[in-house]
Amino acid sequence: MGSERSDDPGHRMPTAVKILVAGGFGVGKTTLVGSVSETRVLTTEEDLSERGIGVDDTSGVGGKSTTTVMMDFGRITISEDLTLYLFGTPGQNRFAFLWDELALGALGAVVLADTRRLADCFPSLDYFENRGTPFVVAVNCFDGARQYTIEQVRQALDLDPGTPVLLCDARDRGSSKRILIALVEHVRTLAAPTSAVVPAATAISA
Amino acid sequence: MRPYAVTHGRARPVAGRFDLISLIKTTQQSHDQLHGLAPEHLSILTLCRRVMSVAEVSACLDLPLGTVRVLLGDLVVHRLIEVREPAPRPITHDNRTLEDVLNGLRAL
Repeated sequence: MGSERSDDPGHRMPTAVKILVAGGFGVGKTTLVGSVSETRVLTTEEDLSERGIGVDDTSGVGGKSTTTVMMDFGRITISEDLTLYLFGTPGQNRFAFLWDELALGALGAVVLADTRRLADCFPSLDYFENRGTPFVVAVNCFDGARQYTIEQVRQALDLDPGTPVLLCDARDRGSSKRILIALVEHVRTLAAPTSAVVPAATAISA
Repeated sequence: MRPYAVTHGRARPVAGRFDLISLIKTTQQSHDQLHGLAPEHLSILTLCRRVMSVAEVSACLDLPLGTVRVLLGDLVVHRLIEVREPAPRPITHDNRTLEDVLNGLRAL
Protein backbone atom coordinates (compact mmCIF):
# COMPACT_ATOMS: atom_id res chain seq x y z
CA MET A 1 0.00 0.00 0.00
CA GLY A 2 0.92 3.57 0.12
CA SER A 3 3.96 4.98 -1.43
CA GLU A 4 3.27 3.65 -4.91
CA ARG A 5 0.10 5.62 -5.29
CA SER A 6 1.67 8.86 -4.22
CA ASP A 7 0.45 12.00 -5.83
CA ASP A 8 3.05 13.80 -3.77
CA PRO A 9 6.32 13.57 -5.62
CA GLY A 10 9.42 14.81 -3.89
CA HIS A 11 8.97 13.18 -0.52
CA ARG A 12 7.02 10.22 0.65
CA MET A 13 4.41 10.46 3.34
CA PRO A 14 4.43 7.71 5.96
CA THR A 15 1.61 5.22 6.36
CA ALA A 16 -0.55 5.50 9.47
CA VAL A 17 -2.38 2.58 11.06
CA LYS A 18 -4.54 2.47 14.14
CA ILE A 19 -5.46 0.05 16.86
CA LEU A 20 -8.44 0.67 19.09
CA VAL A 21 -8.49 0.10 22.83
CA ALA A 22 -12.04 -0.47 24.02
CA GLY A 23 -13.76 -1.55 27.21
CA GLY A 24 -15.87 -0.20 30.03
CA PHE A 25 -15.35 3.00 31.95
CA GLY A 26 -12.31 2.93 34.22
CA VAL A 27 -11.01 -0.38 32.92
CA GLY A 28 -7.60 1.06 32.07
CA LYS A 29 -7.84 2.04 28.39
CA THR A 30 -5.94 5.28 28.82
CA THR A 31 -3.44 3.57 31.11
CA LEU A 32 -2.70 1.00 28.44
CA VAL A 33 -2.37 3.62 25.72
CA GLY A 34 -0.05 5.63 27.95
CA SER A 35 2.13 2.76 29.07
CA VAL A 36 3.12 1.72 25.56
CA SER A 37 3.03 5.01 23.63
CA GLU A 38 6.14 7.04 22.97
CA THR A 39 4.67 10.29 24.20
CA ARG A 40 2.24 11.30 26.88
CA VAL A 41 -1.39 10.45 26.21
CA LEU A 42 -2.94 13.06 23.96
CA THR A 43 -6.58 14.03 24.02
CA THR A 44 -8.72 15.07 21.13
CA GLU A 45 -12.28 16.15 21.26
CA GLU A 46 -15.22 15.79 18.90
CA ASP A 47 -17.92 18.39 19.15
CA LEU A 48 -21.14 16.47 18.69
CA SER A 49 -23.23 19.55 18.11
CA GLU A 50 -21.33 19.96 14.85
CA ARG A 51 -22.33 16.53 13.73
CA GLY A 52 -25.94 16.32 14.67
CA ILE A 53 -29.05 18.37 14.31
CA GLY A 54 -28.99 22.11 14.64
CA VAL A 55 -25.79 22.50 12.69
CA ASP A 56 -27.03 25.66 11.05
CA ASP A 57 -27.87 27.27 14.32
CA THR A 58 -24.50 28.79 15.04
CA SER A 59 -25.50 32.35 15.77
CA GLY A 60 -26.29 32.12 19.43
CA VAL A 61 -23.57 29.68 20.34
CA GLY A 62 -22.81 31.50 23.54
CA GLY A 63 -25.75 30.07 25.36
CA LYS A 64 -25.87 26.77 23.57
CA SER A 65 -24.77 23.75 25.46
CA THR A 66 -22.32 21.64 23.52
CA THR A 67 -21.77 17.95 23.84
CA THR A 68 -18.26 16.78 23.34
CA VAL A 69 -16.64 13.38 23.40
CA MET A 70 -13.05 13.11 24.47
CA MET A 71 -10.73 10.54 22.95
CA ASP A 72 -7.35 9.63 24.36
CA PHE A 73 -4.72 8.42 22.01
CA GLY A 74 -1.02 7.75 21.71
CA ARG A 75 1.55 7.26 19.02
CA ILE A 76 4.20 4.63 18.34
CA THR A 77 6.58 5.44 15.52
CA ILE A 78 7.40 2.09 13.97
CA SER A 79 9.70 3.52 11.33
CA GLU A 80 10.11 6.55 9.13
CA ASP A 81 7.43 5.11 6.88
CA LEU A 82 5.01 3.71 9.41
CA THR A 83 3.26 5.19 12.43
CA LEU A 84 0.90 3.32 14.72
CA TYR A 85 -1.79 5.18 16.63
CA LEU A 86 -3.63 3.76 19.61
CA PHE A 87 -7.07 5.16 20.29
CA GLY A 88 -8.99 4.66 23.48
CA THR A 89 -12.62 4.44 22.40
CA PRO A 90 -14.97 6.64 24.36
CA GLY A 91 -16.77 4.54 26.93
CA GLN A 92 -20.17 5.81 25.94
CA ASN A 93 -21.55 3.30 23.49
CA ARG A 94 -24.27 5.65 22.35
CA PHE A 95 -21.84 7.47 20.09
CA ALA A 96 -22.12 4.85 17.41
CA PHE A 97 -21.01 7.08 14.54
CA LEU A 98 -17.81 7.86 16.38
CA TRP A 99 -17.08 4.18 16.81
CA ASP A 100 -17.71 3.64 13.11
CA GLU A 101 -15.27 6.39 12.31
CA LEU A 102 -12.70 4.94 14.68
CA ALA A 103 -13.14 1.39 13.46
CA LEU A 104 -12.92 2.33 9.79
CA GLY A 105 -9.67 0.90 8.48
CA ALA A 106 -8.47 -0.09 11.95
CA LEU A 107 -6.01 -2.93 12.16
CA GLY A 108 -7.90 -4.37 15.10
CA ALA A 109 -8.97 -3.78 18.67
CA VAL A 110 -8.00 -4.63 22.20
CA VAL A 111 -11.03 -5.14 24.43
CA LEU A 112 -9.99 -4.55 28.01
CA ALA A 113 -11.95 -6.38 30.66
CA ASP A 114 -12.15 -6.09 34.44
CA THR A 115 -13.24 -9.34 36.09
CA ARG A 116 -15.17 -7.37 38.72
CA ARG A 117 -17.33 -5.80 36.02
CA LEU A 118 -17.09 -8.18 33.13
CA ALA A 119 -20.39 -7.11 31.57
CA ASP A 120 -18.95 -3.65 30.93
CA CYS A 121 -17.04 -4.97 27.95
CA PHE A 122 -20.05 -6.67 26.31
CA PRO A 123 -20.94 -3.69 24.09
CA SER A 124 -17.37 -3.60 22.78
CA LEU A 125 -17.36 -7.34 22.06
CA ASP A 126 -20.71 -7.11 20.29
CA TYR A 127 -19.60 -4.16 18.26
CA PHE A 128 -16.38 -5.69 16.98
CA GLU A 129 -17.95 -9.09 16.40
CA ASN A 130 -20.75 -7.58 14.33
CA ARG A 131 -18.39 -5.41 12.41
CA GLY A 132 -15.85 -8.14 11.79
CA THR A 133 -13.01 -6.14 13.34
CA PRO A 134 -10.36 -8.54 14.70
CA PHE A 135 -9.87 -8.22 18.44
CA VAL A 136 -8.21 -9.76 21.46
CA VAL A 137 -9.56 -9.64 25.00
CA ALA A 138 -7.11 -8.46 27.64
CA VAL A 139 -8.07 -8.94 31.28
CA ASN A 140 -6.57 -6.09 33.25
CA CYS A 141 -5.54 -7.69 36.53
CA PHE A 142 -6.28 -5.08 39.13
CA ASP A 143 -4.69 -5.43 42.55
CA GLY A 144 -7.09 -7.06 44.95
CA ALA A 145 -9.47 -8.33 42.28
CA ARG A 146 -10.23 -12.03 42.43
CA GLN A 147 -8.19 -13.93 39.90
CA TYR A 148 -9.91 -16.00 37.26
CA THR A 149 -8.42 -18.34 34.73
CA ILE A 150 -8.39 -17.49 31.09
CA GLU A 151 -10.84 -20.32 30.44
CA GLN A 152 -13.27 -18.95 33.01
CA VAL A 153 -13.14 -15.52 31.38
CA ARG A 154 -13.53 -17.01 27.92
CA GLN A 155 -16.62 -18.92 29.02
CA ALA A 156 -18.11 -15.96 30.82
CA LEU A 157 -17.70 -13.84 27.71
CA ASP A 158 -18.92 -16.59 25.37
CA LEU A 159 -16.07 -15.91 22.98
CA ASP A 160 -15.30 -17.52 19.69
CA PRO A 161 -12.65 -20.19 20.40
CA GLY A 162 -10.21 -18.44 18.09
CA THR A 163 -10.30 -15.15 19.96
CA PRO A 164 -7.18 -14.72 22.08
CA VAL A 165 -7.68 -13.94 25.75
CA LEU A 166 -4.75 -12.59 27.73
CA LEU A 167 -4.07 -11.47 31.26
CA CYS A 168 -2.32 -8.14 31.55
CA ASP A 169 -1.26 -5.25 33.67
CA ALA A 170 -2.13 -2.17 31.64
CA ARG A 171 0.33 -0.09 33.69
CA ASP A 172 3.22 -2.20 32.52
CA ARG A 173 4.79 -1.30 29.22
CA GLY A 174 5.99 -4.84 28.50
CA SER A 175 2.57 -6.26 29.26
CA SER A 176 0.79 -3.75 27.04
CA LYS A 177 3.30 -4.39 24.30
CA ARG A 178 2.60 -8.13 24.45
CA ILE A 179 -1.12 -7.47 24.05
CA LEU A 180 -0.53 -5.43 20.92
CA ILE A 181 1.76 -8.12 19.52
CA ALA A 182 -0.87 -10.79 20.27
CA LEU A 183 -3.45 -8.70 18.43
CA VAL A 184 -1.32 -8.23 15.32
CA GLU A 185 -0.42 -11.94 15.32
CA HIS A 186 -4.13 -12.73 15.59
CA VAL A 187 -4.88 -10.44 12.66
CA ARG A 188 -2.18 -12.17 10.66
CA THR A 189 -3.63 -15.57 11.48
CA LEU A 190 -7.08 -14.44 10.38
CA ALA A 191 -5.65 -13.04 7.17
CA ALA A 192 -3.88 -16.31 6.35
CA PRO A 193 -5.81 -18.50 3.91
CA THR A 194 -5.66 -21.47 6.27
CA SER A 195 -6.98 -19.54 9.26
CA ALA A 196 -10.13 -21.68 9.50
CA VAL A 197 -8.16 -24.77 10.45
CA VAL A 198 -5.58 -23.20 12.70
CA PRO A 199 -6.32 -24.33 16.24
CA ALA A 200 -6.41 -21.67 18.88
CA ALA A 201 -3.36 -21.82 21.05
CA THR A 202 -4.40 -18.69 22.76
CA ALA A 203 -4.03 -19.14 26.49
CA ILE A 204 -1.21 -16.67 26.79
CA SER A 205 -0.44 -14.53 29.77
CA ALA A 206 0.79 -11.07 28.99
CA MET B 1 -17.17 29.98 21.80
CA ARG B 2 -13.74 29.78 20.22
CA PRO B 3 -14.11 26.84 17.84
CA TYR B 4 -16.98 28.33 15.86
CA ALA B 5 -15.32 31.72 15.83
CA VAL B 6 -12.20 30.15 14.36
CA THR B 7 -14.15 28.59 11.49
CA HIS B 8 -16.60 31.49 11.09
CA GLY B 9 -19.42 29.13 11.87
CA ARG B 10 -18.55 26.57 9.26
CA ALA B 11 -19.16 22.99 10.37
CA ARG B 12 -17.69 21.20 7.36
CA PRO B 13 -14.44 21.55 5.48
CA VAL B 14 -14.58 22.87 1.92
CA ALA B 15 -12.27 20.10 0.82
CA GLY B 16 -10.98 16.78 2.12
CA ARG B 17 -12.28 14.04 4.36
CA PHE B 18 -9.71 13.99 7.17
CA ASP B 19 -9.76 10.78 9.09
CA LEU B 20 -8.33 10.87 12.61
CA ILE B 21 -5.13 9.37 11.26
CA SER B 22 -4.93 11.20 7.96
CA LEU B 23 -1.40 12.55 7.89
CA ILE B 24 -0.72 16.20 7.23
CA LYS B 25 2.46 17.79 6.01
CA THR B 26 3.08 21.44 5.31
CA THR B 27 4.22 22.14 1.76
CA GLN B 28 6.75 24.72 0.69
CA GLN B 29 5.05 28.06 0.60
CA SER B 30 5.71 31.56 -0.49
CA HIS B 31 4.93 34.51 1.71
CA ASP B 32 1.93 35.77 -0.24
CA GLN B 33 0.24 32.38 -0.01
CA LEU B 34 -0.10 32.98 3.70
CA HIS B 35 -1.91 36.26 3.25
CA GLY B 36 -5.34 36.29 4.83
CA LEU B 37 -4.93 33.17 6.91
CA ALA B 38 -6.06 33.01 10.51
CA PRO B 39 -3.52 32.48 13.30
CA GLU B 40 -4.86 28.93 13.71
CA HIS B 41 -4.09 28.16 10.07
CA LEU B 42 -0.55 29.37 10.64
CA SER B 43 -0.24 27.28 13.80
CA ILE B 44 -1.17 24.19 11.79
CA LEU B 45 1.40 25.04 9.13
CA THR B 46 4.10 25.41 11.77
CA LEU B 47 3.07 22.21 13.54
CA CYS B 48 2.91 20.12 10.39
CA ARG B 49 6.41 20.85 9.18
CA ARG B 50 6.80 17.51 10.86
CA VAL B 51 4.22 15.01 9.58
CA MET B 52 1.32 14.81 11.98
CA SER B 53 -2.07 13.13 12.14
CA VAL B 54 -5.34 15.06 12.27
CA ALA B 55 -5.87 13.80 15.83
CA GLU B 56 -2.46 15.13 16.89
CA VAL B 57 -3.13 18.52 15.32
CA SER B 58 -6.39 18.68 17.26
CA ALA B 59 -4.69 17.67 20.51
CA CYS B 60 -1.70 19.99 20.11
CA LEU B 61 -3.79 23.04 19.25
CA ASP B 62 -6.50 22.13 21.75
CA LEU B 63 -9.20 22.53 19.10
CA PRO B 64 -12.07 20.09 18.44
CA LEU B 65 -11.69 17.74 15.50
CA GLY B 66 -14.50 19.37 13.54
CA THR B 67 -12.79 22.74 13.76
CA VAL B 68 -9.44 21.31 12.76
CA ARG B 69 -11.02 19.61 9.73
CA VAL B 70 -12.48 22.91 8.55
CA LEU B 71 -9.11 24.63 8.90
CA LEU B 72 -7.33 21.79 7.10
CA GLY B 73 -9.84 22.02 4.27
CA ASP B 74 -8.92 25.69 3.81
CA LEU B 75 -5.24 24.79 3.71
CA VAL B 76 -5.85 22.09 1.09
CA VAL B 77 -7.63 24.60 -1.12
CA HIS B 78 -4.65 26.94 -0.79
CA ARG B 79 -2.31 24.02 -1.49
CA LEU B 80 -0.46 24.69 1.72
CA ILE B 81 -0.61 21.13 3.02
CA GLU B 82 -0.27 17.63 1.68
CA VAL B 83 -2.67 15.03 3.01
CA ARG B 84 -2.16 11.31 3.13
CA GLU B 85 -5.44 9.52 3.77
CA PRO B 86 -5.19 6.11 5.45
CA ALA B 87 -5.99 3.01 3.45
CA PRO B 88 -9.77 2.75 3.19
CA ARG B 89 -9.79 -0.98 3.70
CA PRO B 90 -8.28 -2.65 6.73
CA ILE B 91 -4.58 -3.35 6.48
CA THR B 92 -5.35 -6.96 7.39
CA HIS B 93 -4.92 -7.66 3.69
CA ASP B 94 -1.55 -6.00 3.59
CA ASN B 95 0.97 -8.53 4.78
CA ARG B 96 4.00 -6.34 4.51
CA THR B 97 2.54 -3.63 6.69
CA LEU B 98 1.37 -6.25 9.19
CA GLU B 99 4.87 -7.70 9.41
CA ASP B 100 6.35 -4.23 9.77
CA VAL B 101 3.98 -3.40 12.63
CA LEU B 102 4.76 -6.71 14.31
CA ASN B 103 8.51 -6.30 14.01
CA GLY B 104 8.27 -2.72 15.21
CA LEU B 105 6.29 -3.71 18.28
CA ARG B 106 8.66 -6.54 19.11
CA ALA B 107 11.57 -4.12 18.91
CA LEU B 108 10.01 -1.66 21.37
